[in-house]
This record gives sequence, C-alpha cells and structure tokens, in this order.
Amino acid sequence: MTLWLHEFRVEQLLFWRNREAAFFTFLLPVIFFLIFGSVYGDDFIKREGVKASWFLEAGMIGYGVAATCFAGLGISLVVRRESGVLKRIRSTPLPPAIYILGVLGSTFVVFLIEAALIITIGRFLFSVPVPTEVLSFLVVLALGALCFAAMGLGITGFVRSAEGSSAVINAVYLPMAIISGTFFTPKDYPGFLKGIATVLPLTHYTELIRNVMLRHEQFWSDPVSIAVVLAWGAVGAIAAARRFRWQPREA
Amino acid sequence: MSAVSVRGLRKSYGSTEAVRGIDFEIPTGEVFGLLGPNGAGKTTTIEILEGYRERSAGEVEVLGVDPQRGGRAWRERLGVVLQSSSLYPNLTVRESMRTFGGYYQRRRDVDEVVELVGLNEKADARVRTLSGGQKRRLDLGLALVGDPELIFLDEPTTGFDPGARRSAWEMIRNLRSLGTTILLTTHYLDEAEQLADRVAVLRNGEIVREGKPSELTSASALTEIRFRRNGDVVVEHTPEPTQRLHELIHEFGGAEIDGLEVRRPTLEDVYLELTE
Repeated sequence: MTLWLHEFRVEQLLFWRNREAAFFTFLLPVIFFLIFGSVYGDDFIKREGVKASWFLEAGMIGYGVAATCFAGLGISLVVRRESGVLKRIRSTPLPPAIYILGVLGSTFVVFLIEAALIITIGRFLFSVPVPTEVLSFLVVLALGALCFAAMGLGITGFVRSAEGSSAVINAVYLPMAIISGTFFTPKDYPGFLKGIATVLPLTHYTELIRNVMLRHEQFWSDPVSIAVVLAWGAVGAIAAARRFRWQPREA
Repeated sequence: MSAVSVRGLRKSYGSTEAVRGIDFEIPTGEVFGLLGPNGAGKTTTIEILEGYRERSAGEVEVLGVDPQRGGRAWRERLGVVLQSSSLYPNLTVRESMRTFGGYYQRRRDVDEVVELVGLNEKADARVRTLSGGQKRRLDLGLALVGDPELIFLDEPTTGFDPGARRSAWEMIRNLRSLGTTILLTTHYLDEAEQLADRVAVLRNGEIVREGKPSELTSASALTEIRFRRNGDVVVEHTPEPTQRLHELIHEFGGAEIDGLEVRRPTLEDVYLELTE
C-alpha cells in the first residue's frame, strides 16, 4: 500500500509536469466543451428533448474518458517503454502489478477531476443540471475508466515506436470520438457512419452517460450498451495480457 | 561466496548463438570487466544476469539466486544501469532519485547519492536540461539509491568526452572502496585497465582471455624490439628480450644502436590481437 501510494504520487507529479499530455488528455475535452457549448449549446435537440449543451456535456465526459484513460495512458506507456523507463523499473524491487495499479490510479483521478470540471462548467456557464442519479453516474464513470484503460493498455502492444505512438493512438481515438457522437448526435449520421458507430465502445458508453444524465435512468437500464463496453474492455485486457511489453523494441 | 557465478552459459537467438558456453566467477567486492567489441555478447550476458533474458543453457547464480527466479528481495540488493539512459525527462535530479529510492526498503540518503555522483549543482534541474554525461551520472545514481551490494554497468561511459569519463571512473572507484561488487561491460580497453580488478575478453560469444589486466599483457609474451640496421627499420618479436638485446649489443660492437625501441605489449595490443 505504501509502495502503491508512492507510485501514485510519482504518477501524479509526472502527469501534471508533462504539459503536452496534460493539455491533450485533460484540458482538450474541457476546452471543446467550452467552445462547442458556446457555439451551439443553446440549440434545442428535438429528438432528445434537451438543450444541446446538456447533450454535449455528457458527450465530453465520454470524450474525456477516451482521452485520459485510453489515449493518454496508451501514449505515455509506449513512450516509457521505448525510452527504456519500463525496463529500468523492472530492475527495481517494485512489483510490476503495483506499478500498473499506480499508473491506473493516477489516470482515474485525472479523469475524475476532468469530469468534475466539465460538470462544474456545465452547471455555471450553460446551466446544465448536475446529475441526479449520483450512484449510477459514479458506476458509469468507473465502468468507462476501467474498460477504456484496459483498451489503453491493450493498444500499447500494437504500437511499435514512441514517435508513432501519438500518431497511431490519435488516429484511432479522434475519429472514434467524432463517429461515436460525443460532439453531435449520431442518430442524424448517414447510414455507413451509423453502422460503424454501433460497434464502437464510445458510442455505447456515451449512450450510458446520456441515459443517466439526461434521461434520469439507472445504469442498468441499457444492458446492451453495458455489454458492448465490457466486451471492448475484455478485448483490451486480453490484448494487454498477451502483448504488453516492458522492454523496448530490439535495436 | 561469489557475488556472480556463471557456468557453461549459452544463449541462442534462433539459429545464431550469441553466447557460446562461458564461465566466470566474480568474488564479492571485485570490479569485473567484460571487454569486447560490439556484438561480442556482452549485453546478452549482462542482461541474462540481470534477469531480463532467459538463458538457453548453463548455470547462473547472482547473489546466490538464479536470475530467472529472482524476486523482490533479490532486486533489493541489485543496482542496474542499462546501456542507454532511461529517465523521466520532466522530473528533477532529486525527484528522480526520490522516485527510485521509494522502490527500495533499504535506501541511501538522496542528497548523499547526489553528492556521490557529483550532481549537487544540478540537484533541482529538470532531467531534460542535463548533458549526456550528467544523465549518465544520474543513471548511475538511480542504481545506487537502493544501496546495492552488486551493480551492473552496461557500457557506463560510451559517448562521454574525456573529462566526463575521468569523473565517471573516479565515481566507480569510489563505489569499489565502499565494498560494492561491480560488473561492467565496455569496449574501451583503457576503461577496463583503469577500473577492473579482472577482465574477461569476449569475442563471438566466447571468453578468449581472462585475468588481471597486467596478466593479460604478460600472457602474451612477445616483446617488440625495433631498430635500424643499415638505415632499414627492423622489427622483431621475442619471448626473451634481454637475451636478444645482449646479442644485438654484441653485433653492433657496443656502438649506439640507431632507433632502438624495446616495447612490452600493451593491453591494447593484446586486445586487438585477441578480438580481430
């Protein structure tokens, strides 16, 4: 526990010190919320029966989980692996599991702060009500953090170089964030995009958040979406178990 | 008891054999140098001892433990410096040391280690602002912060300027005087000569010579004698230089021998002879 706390603190220090990562994974969803919220936040989405800013807020929390737990986590672990830091850490007595748990714990805290910031901004700038189904909301946040972090760990095994890590991972998650309808409602998309959207984890995850935040449902009201998110999380965990490496590619 | 004991170690990658059955022992407190050109098998060997790679055959004990089964308690006693620096660029020197120190139960005082590796003036500088030599010294500091009994140094001074190498050597000598066992790999001969109590010369995965640096030179017994006879340079190699000189003095009738040089083989000569 002491070791975990030590690693957690180190990870927090590392995250906030790395301004680029902090900007792209932590701040960008918040900034997008501010920008798009100001642009079309007052529009009314008839299909959903809510103001666009309400709809966008839930989407930005979904985008946030992909940014912090998937992209941010994946990129930083690939960079550390290729620079030899992970290999070096394996030479110390720190158990690998404690290291990973420290990294995950820190990532989850970053996401929690981000979600709290988005909700606060929504409440005071765009008059979006704070989620009422608090317990269900927290369960959904935890589900997303775990599943997207599993995918973040899993994708590291498919990225070969530190230089390519942000290119590859951004190429995966930015289109996903758009197609999944975190910015707009995917229900108005053309058929082929809708088709892609229905298999993406973020589509279903955003749906779960919107169920809880906009429709005041409990988290279990949409078992299909939960199943899809969990399935993707399981795919990520299996990929991580099989392909996660501590050593850089052989020169 | 030996700090490191290696018997019949082999390592193959596919059909190529990187290490072809080597043996050596490092007694506690010794500085042992694995010397050889690139591709001789130095890093493969040291990474097997560090527990990063599995061996294909042979017996290996590091601090009495098989590295493939080395657990946390074993790692508490080791310090590792990898061939390339592996640091967090956004931490300061002191924060880096605190980070790694936190992984060990028994640890050295951070300021003491900063002092030991000569980074006092850079203690609060971000790692990204350090020079290559300073990063390497921090690397070494991170390996020392857990107060290890045994340190592995894989090419600790490759890429250093002469001044930085001298100060790194000084540091490694300090460590030895603290009683730490050190295994270092290098392709610099003078480094092995300066630091190591004993060296093993590795070529194509085999140890071709082992002993004290001074023994390596005496084992290659031929002394070189150069002189001029009728204006032509003559080079001779002889196992009995005194006897040969005696003959030459006789031959020249006690006159000054033009361009006379008598040279014991340097470690470098032996090394080049062994590895080429």
